Amino acid sequence: MKKIYLVLKSLFLIDIAKGLYLTFLRMFSPSVTINYPYEKGKISPRFRGEHALRRYPNGEERCIACKLCEAICPALAITIDAEEREDGSRRTTKYDIDMTKCIYCGLCQEACPVDAIVQGPNYEFATETHEELIYNKQKLLDNGERWEDALHKNINSDIEYR
Amino acid sequence: MEVLNLENLKYLFILALYVLAIIGPLLVAVAFLTYLERKVIALVQYRKGPNVVGFFGLLQPFADGVKLFSKETIIPASSSKLIFVLAPMISFSLSLIAWSVIPVSENLVLSNINVGILYLFAVSSLSIYGIIMAGWASNSKYAFLGALRSAAQMVSYEVSIGFVIVTVLLCVGSLNLSNIVLAQKGCWYVFPLFPMFVVFVISALAETNRAPFDLPEDESALVAGYFTEYSSMLFAMFFLGEYSAMILMSSLGTILFLGGWLPPFDNELFNVIPGFIWFFLKVGLLLFIFLWVRATLPRFRYDQLMRLGWKVFLPLSLLWVVLTATFLIFFDLLPNYES
Repeated sequence: MKKIYLVLKSLFLIDIAKGLYLTFLRMFSPSVTINYPYEKGKISPRFRGEHALRRYPNGEERCIACKLCEAICPALAITIDAEEREDGSRRTTKYDIDMTKCIYCGLCQEACPVDAIVQGPNYEFATETHEELIYNKQKLLDNGERWEDALHKNINSDIEYR
Repeated sequence: MEVLNLENLKYLFILALYVLAIIGPLLVAVAFLTYLERKVIALVQYRKGPNVVGFFGLLQPFADGVKLFSKETIIPASSSKLIFVLAPMISFSLSLIAWSVIPVSENLVLSNINVGILYLFAVSSLSIYGIIMAGWASNSKYAFLGALRSAAQMVSYEVSIGFVIVTVLLCVGSLNLSNIVLAQKGCWYVFPLFPMFVVFVISALAETNRAPFDLPEDESALVAGYFTEYSSMLFAMFFLGEYSAMILMSSLGTILFLGGWLPPFDNELFNVIPGFIWFFLKVGLLLFIFLWVRATLPRFRYDQLMRLGWKVFLPLSLLWVVLTATFLIFFDLLPNYES
């Protein structure tokens, strides 16, 4: 009996008709597409995008060249050289990140004791050549200036969870 | 005796104009069919589909065309070059020449021959050659497997399409496509022969290698099937061929079952609208079914496809042929054409 029922069901294409009916109804529901270059999706304050080196409000760079980020970086993307500055403080002379090696894991910003290296909300930094993606210290500091407002806000909103 | 006199040249010129008048709009229709396909599937999947090039993305097919034209044609080193280049041309031109007998309206047909449906059937069978040649000449596993599948599939489903056509012919009594349409005045065959219509639509899906029977170009298993090795315009020709075969199958369905250019009801209001508009509306409806099914159903397994063709559709359509013939003889309804 069950077999006859199944045969009839497939002979009259019942399930296929049901499926077609379902997809037909779906055609009239609104789309969920975000029209990307014109609309953008919301991102979390913890979003790990392009790197930036931050400065203190008085203009002094935060990075103290402790090299914890270089040590923890699993992709070996960070290269740091450090020297004593004229005033006796320890600062980096070279801070390079190879953005094509970076896996955007966020370990560098977690390792940083002074919140100097952070990953900001920017994800639109595609370039046409490989060389442009090997960031030097100046580029990272510029990023820090450019995104400081957003970075400050994101770090503050996350502060009670750290 | 001069063959190329002025009279003959004029005749040839006018004939060429007619041909252009069919092929031009057909290619535009193919272009917009690709657009429509992407749009329908996008809507079903809650997406937007092409919407950047032109209004609502309407110029997208032309952008795609320009892209295809500007690509490099790659001919594999180990292929047999002549056949490799010839195959897409055959496949494309075969899908075009079938259009010569399609009556778009009462008098709008290039050649109103009395064996129209046989001609259509023959031409649609021939289109396997393009695919087989492509698969063989590419000298690639994927292309070859795709071509083999395509050949087996098209042969299997041609059988059931043949029986569907025979059923309609029993009711009409003529092989002339215009007569088939005119015989449906009053009652389209889709109503009395509805099961055959369903068989026809499903077989047409298989015949044109469309989802859910798109095994010859099964991208998850065979890369792109028989046109894996093709690029640029050679690929575009396969593409155009496939889509114009879809439009052709829809027109055949319109002529056999949906009353061709006839309006749904024979009253003043509907008769004002010219026949070819009704024809295109019906073709559009069938094409929508093609796209709708593609957006709904997953691909069949190959043995399922063969089982459906030989063990379900063949007996079913054969049974229906016998039933129709019995019915017509029993009630003495056999058509009688003198022409």
